[in-house]
Amino acid sequence: MQFSIYIIAECNMKLMTRDDKSLLYNVGGKEGVLDEEVLLLTQQLLSSNPDFATLWNYRREILLHLETVRSEDEIQRLYEEELSFLEACLKVNPKSYGSWHHRGWVSTRLPRPDWARELSLCERCLSLDDRNFHCWDYRRMVVRVSGVPVDQELQFTDRLIGSNFSNYSSWHYRSTLLPLLHPGSPETHSHRVCEEQLLKEYELVQNAFFTDPNDQSAWFYYRWLLGRGVCVCMISCVYVSREGERVVVAFSRPALSVGLLLVVDGQPQQVNWRSAHPRLRHSPMWICDLPPGTISDTSNEHNLTVHWTERHTHRDCALYTGRSESWCRDSATDLELFRSELSVEKSSVLQSELQSCTQLLELEPQNKWCLLTIILLMRALDPLGYEKETLAYFQTLKEVDSMRTSYYSDLCSKFMIENTILKMEYAEVRVFSLCEKNLSTLCHLDQLLLVTHINLSSNQLLGLPPQFAMLQCLEVLQADDNAIENLEGVYHLSKLEEVSLRNNNITQLSDLKILTTCPRLARLDLRGNPITQIANIQSQLAELLPSITELLL
Amino acid sequence: SWISVPSTADILLHLGLSESVIAAACARVGQRVLHVDRRSYYAANWASFTFNGLLSWIDDNKVCTYFTLLFITPVNSFKQQDQEECAPLAEDQQILSSDGEPQGEEQLSGSAPTQAKKKKISYTKIVKEGRRFNIDLVSKLMYSRGLLVDLLIKSNVSRYAEFKNVSRILTYRQGKVEQVPCSRADVFGSKELTVVEKRMLMKFLTFCLDYEQHPEEYQDFTERSFWEFLQNNMLTENLQHFVLHSIAMVPRETHTEEGLRSTQHFLRSLGRYGNTPFLFPIYGLGEIPQCFCRMCAVFGGIYCLRHSVQCLVLDKESGRCKAVIDTCGQRISCSHFVVEDGYIREEQRKGVEHKHISRAVLITDGLLLQSESEQQISLVTVPPLEPGAPAVRLVELCSSTMTCMPGTYLVHLTCPSSGSAREDLQPVVSRLFTKPASAGEEGTPAVLWAVYFNMRDSTAADRSGYDLPGNVHVCSGPDAALGSDHSIRLAQEVFRQLAPHEEFCPPAPNPEDIVYDGDGGQGEGAGFSEAAQAEEGAAEEAEESKEKEASQESSPVEVGEMPDPPPAPLAEE
Repeated sequence: MQFSIYIIAECNMKLMTRDDKSLLYNVGGKEGVLDEEVLLLTQQLLSSNPDFATLWNYRREILLHLETVRSEDEIQRLYEEELSFLEACLKVNPKSYGSWHHRGWVSTRLPRPDWARELSLCERCLSLDDRNFHCWDYRRMVVRVSGVPVDQELQFTDRLIGSNFSNYSSWHYRSTLLPLLHPGSPETHSHRVCEEQLLKEYELVQNAFFTDPNDQSAWFYYRWLLGRGVCVCMISCVYVSREGERVVVAFSRPALSVGLLLVVDGQPQQVNWRSAHPRLRHSPMWICDLPPGTISDTSNEHNLTVHWTERHTHRDCALYTGRSESWCRDSATDLELFRSELSVEKSSVLQSELQSCTQLLELEPQNKWCLLTIILLMRALDPLGYEKETLAYFQTLKEVDSMRTSYYSDLCSKFMIENTILKMEYAEVRVFSLCEKNLSTLCHLDQLLLVTHINLSSNQLLGLPPQFAMLQCLEVLQADDNAIENLEGVYHLSKLEEVSLRNNNITQLSDLKILTTCPRLARLDLRGNPITQIANIQSQLAELLPSITELLL
Repeated sequence: SWISVPSTADILLHLGLSESVIAAACARVGQRVLHVDRRSYYAANWASFTFNGLLSWIDDNKVCTYFTLLFITPVNSFKQQDQEECAPLAEDQQILSSDGEPQGEEQLSGSAPTQAKKKKISYTKIVKEGRRFNIDLVSKLMYSRGLLVDLLIKSNVSRYAEFKNVSRILTYRQGKVEQVPCSRADVFGSKELTVVEKRMLMKFLTFCLDYEQHPEEYQDFTERSFWEFLQNNMLTENLQHFVLHSIAMVPRETHTEEGLRSTQHFLRSLGRYGNTPFLFPIYGLGEIPQCFCRMCAVFGGIYCLRHSVQCLVLDKESGRCKAVIDTCGQRISCSHFVVEDGYIREEQRKGVEHKHISRAVLITDGLLLQSESEQQISLVTVPPLEPGAPAVRLVELCSSTMTCMPGTYLVHLTCPSSGSAREDLQPVVSRLFTKPASAGEEGTPAVLWAVYFNMRDSTAADRSGYDLPGNVHVCSGPDAALGSDHSIRLAQEVFRQLAPHEEFCPPAPNPEDIVYDGDGGQGEGAGFSEAAQAEEGAAEEAEESKEKEASQESSPVEVGEMPDPPPAPLAEE
């Protein structure tokens, strides 16, 4: 700071010592001679501190002015001088924002640019520091403008990775080039790479992580190669409750309710869509209440259609005579649900990758990257079949990388919930048990829309998150033996009758206030919670929750 | 006009690497150094020759005429009977014109090996271009973190030379030459290794880098060989070969800890200047002693070539050497005398058994392992071809090292002698190279010219091995090792005895850092005053010995002068 103040002072002094009114640069530009003088002055200052953005701006104004009064050859020469000056500045600070930006600007103004020279400058810079992102940015600009062929650029990354593969920039650049050069088949996603090239890339990246398994850049690239499935956004479920006069729409991923239209028996309905919990603005689930009497008569059959104009899609659902509820949903197979994270088409490829990683793990049993990758591969291949191994690997991961224990716990919870959902799907039941799964967090709650009984006992949960309110059919909640102190998600669950929260961490009456939104709640078990120590708690609770008939303290 | 040899000196030395370093170190701390050698060139057995220079060196050493002197006898360092000139291998110039091409010398000068049909390079061509060769008598490389490189940097002597990175480490295995993966990038890029081998190798090398921290890994093997240790570490045969022969570069029977130490030395040097652990000086290894001589001269050292010592003058009471008589009969008093082992007469030795080094120098027409670039400096390790045979080290130099003419490669072979150089090295040469006549085999380079010779390795002897006065210090000649650590360590030890309280080779000031006094005096920078004094002294002596000089035949005496050399590479021309 001191330095730049000094420079400004010096700059002002030099400007003021000159006799005329040159202190202020006249943008109209009548004084060409003066401009050159200022160029020289700013050059002196910038060569000692190239990070002085104002001076670069000043120079650009002068140069733009000179462009209007000079011949093309003179301009060419002027800009070439500017480029050599910039090179000197980059030697002072190779990561100067101002210098690189100015160089980009000059390059585009140059009447006859020499892109080869710019590329070789980048090459020199990157040989000194192969992660200089300013240089990478500038280089991408040069490549784009000068039209360097993609295959040549891929060879460039080959070379950089060959000399030092701990280089995120090169790997990343590769991941942007490959889909252009070897696009996958049109049926698969456009950002993917054709299988033949993928196999070559697997080999390359395996060489890297076998050589140095602790280098994360190669692992990250590997994860990219294994693919990240794109989940198409669509309506996955429509649920209608006759009794509650309510329609629930679930999307395959969180979205806004914009463009959602409900048609009942051919009549468009004026409804307000709300998410399951006010805190969820981007939600995979939207709820609306129908005007009273629309579907309440059990002797009628109704046909509902939900249109989603945003995505040009719709979904039908029929509510038959005598039925109190109905739904229409995708048969949620495991593939569609959770395998999307790794999207390699052929499981044989995944299988051989799993073998390689297992081989590496035998050599490096403590390597966290290898452990994590194996878990992901196993999940992509057969989540239920590999459940036991996965759990064991998670245990090892927590031991070898204790700094990230919580991260692994959450990830493991997610996988355990996915597995339980899969099992439930196969069994076609609406009872969901997650007892003793060491869960530290809850997720995929949108998949549990139809669940009536949930058992979360004996885990390490600290609360029930807002997403819990998506369990719209829930009647019985068991969550004994956790450390729950927050019931935020038990919100407007209209069918909830029984809640068991034995041996948790509920301390205050206000924590239970949310239960007032559940009108049918009749049985509440709070044994083993600190709240039971409060004097008069029974009467206070009776006052707060008058619907409760059975209270255990 | 001759400047005579000064009659007094603090230190008097013969030339060699250790001696040059000692000379530089002593001159740097203000000692008066006189450096004499009976030879006409610098650096003794460390010298580099042009092709023609080497030919006359061969001649000189074939016909050995040595003076028998009172105390000191120059002993030919080379076993005469073992030294053979094979130049050229095939019947001289004939081979070169055998393909019927007109022997247009002009055309041959541009004989790029990239041409579809390789043009043969004639013997006459080699002789004609002889000045482009700088052929070292010893073949060594510089470990990037070895004592020599550290010393060059510390003392600022490095500015007198330029270096190139050795670009490849190769090995001869299963009948072919292949690249040794030794750096992380090499291992990553290697096509020969499986991924599991890559992991095993990296794991082992990472362990070697700080093996002292993990004694539990090798404590069971301290009494056993490194080879057994490698096998026990489940390294595949591939990897055992690479580690033992190309990275540790030790024989199978080497003890585990020594093997680990060698591996560590190799690995620590890796990556300092490039992808291999070694540097090679442009214009050849002979530059290194010369660089130190230059430094010595800058600080007042005086050099006399073709000038040797006849005998020592001993003080009767103390038994110390107080002066020497030179070959002109002049007495030079000195307080210390440093001499190379090769000058010591047998009577002064106490039954020291000397080892020998087998050497061969080849001029070839192609790379041992083709690559994208023609300009490669390669170290090739050849494990014993049969049990009992020595492991041979090959250094292949390209023309960009300025040691051979474009289109040729200079190949040095070295191993500890078990027989004559030819017996030791010929089998390797015939496996790796062809004769020029049989140009049929594609990819195998042909030998255009070769010489085999043996050299004494006197490094085994220590002080107690000689019956000499206390102020006469013996330096051994070159050893068979790849690095120069032995010579530098020795120089340091001798310097400790000569100047126990002085720093060893402190950084020399840069020419631009020297501040001259304002009174117009020039050359008053650090060190130069001493040089001036020494020269004055030399001038005084000139008067006295004029007569003697006149009577002698014109033996040129080189005197260290030159104020400051340019920091550019030492060009020969």
